[in-house]
Amino acid sequence: MTSHDTVRLENVWVSYNGTPALEGVNLAVDEHDFLGVIGPNGGGKSTLLKVILGLITPQRGSVTVLGSSPDRSRNRIGYVPQHSDYDRDFPVSVMEVVLMGRYGKRGMLKPYNESDREAAEKVLARVGMLSHARTQIGQLSGGQQQRTFIARALVSDPALLLLDEPTASVDSAMQTDFYELLEQLKKEMAIIMVSHDIGAVSVFVDKIACLNVQLYYHGSREITPEILEATYKCPVQLIAHGDIPHRVLKEH
Amino acid sequence: MFEAFQFEFMRNALLAGLLASIACGIVGVYVVVKKIVSMSGGIAHASFGGIGLGYLLNFSPVLGAMFFSLLSALTMGLVTRRTRLPEDTAIGILWALGMALGVIFIGFSKGYAPDLMSYLFGNILTVPLSDLYLMAALDLVILVLTAVFYKEFLLLSFDEEFGTVAGMPVNALYLVLLCMVALTVVVLIRVVGMILVIAMLAFPAAMARQFTHDIKKMMILSVILGMIFTFGGLWISYILNLASGATIILLSGLALLATYIVTGLRHRMKVRFTP
Repeated sequence: MTSHDTVRLENVWVSYNGTPALEGVNLAVDEHDFLGVIGPNGGGKSTLLKVILGLITPQRGSVTVLGSSPDRSRNRIGYVPQHSDYDRDFPVSVMEVVLMGRYGKRGMLKPYNESDREAAEKVLARVGMLSHARTQIGQLSGGQQQRTFIARALVSDPALLLLDEPTASVDSAMQTDFYELLEQLKKEMAIIMVSHDIGAVSVFVDKIACLNVQLYYHGSREITPEILEATYKCPVQLIAHGDIPHRVLKEH
Repeated sequence: MFEAFQFEFMRNALLAGLLASIACGIVGVYVVVKKIVSMSGGIAHASFGGIGLGYLLNFSPVLGAMFFSLLSALTMGLVTRRTRLPEDTAIGILWALGMALGVIFIGFSKGYAPDLMSYLFGNILTVPLSDLYLMAALDLVILVLTAVFYKEFLLLSFDEEFGTVAGMPVNALYLVLLCMVALTVVVLIRVVGMILVIAMLAFPAAMARQFTHDIKKMMILSVILGMIFTFGGLWISYILNLASGATIILLSGLALLATYIVTGLRHRMKVRFTP
């Protein structure tokens, strides 16, 4: 073996109270992959991310992240949770949120220091949020909150970036900026993004997997109608790739 | 009014109010932002078991309350984290169990329970010196824990899941936070009584939140508000000859209501006049 996979899942099974969430999932992600995982709500997308983060231990199967167990590799993973339900009134500034991303580096009992603050300012500048560093999180627009949470994930220099439904609270004009940022980031790290937004995902990612309890994985981003139907259990819009990305509606 | 301060009990009362405001101002902020108000109510009420135990076995009911509130904080924390029992069910069970035990213990103790009412509803005018020392010591513990775990508690309150991912021992820290609530209950019990503790924890912090978005400023402001309410309530109760604990709570409740009404009206005006 020449290179370690960034993420490797082998025959992973997870169920909640007897209801299966993941069945026999196999997945391999390389260090410069940008993988999009699409699938219906309740299809196990968030569960998959939580398994990679080690927040959920699968009943069966093995999970290797960055050459070791998920909980050991956690401080090299940047995680952008699906932030639809956090407290927007929480008394915390953008800077304080981003500093939370340095927790893994700093550890208990030591306050954040100058180098943490410099790292935070650097990522805030990168996502274009430096001028908002002192703003309370709830005063920001959806897209700005999004970039704050991405900055928090990036501030620890991760080797793997996990994004859970990142476009949910972002308007479409912001989404283009967001994908351009990811375009740069994928040169530096592996990215796994889960979304139910098929169109958005397939234009920007390198590889696609469809997840509905079972995972239908593709080395490339070509999706066949059969695979989409197996995932969604119904005909769906299909995306064709050419020089310009565009959508084609499958006849049905 | 000022001749009242010549009395030792009045000086003790002011000192007790000061110590109580520090504890409830700081811990109250976490109680409000972490949304554990009813959990804290459960911890406070379960401490009644300890008060009863103190009467039964003839030791200080305040120490009994401390033992029981710490025990119930740890139990509630562990039960909600380790079992599938819903949080509000666990709170309800321990809340009632603690109180029931207290009633039984008091029933078994000989004679009647002197100044039981002051533990239930507080009496800032009868705080003995020994309790002031205990309150000061507990305030110190709370201040040190807050300083040491400042960044941990912020992450715990804002985004527990991210804390876990970042490698923070969230469950242990959650228990520490609940124990701080338990200690605050003990600090407040003499001032407003165990039944009204929950209001003193929540009101100043909830009010401070209306004025600032910075958690440190929120703590300082809620300590100051706590002092204003305790001293103001004490003064009103002195003039009108009312129960001090209840007056303090009513004053802070009315002030909180007033700020909500004012901010609500302001918000409406803004919406109406913005084109």
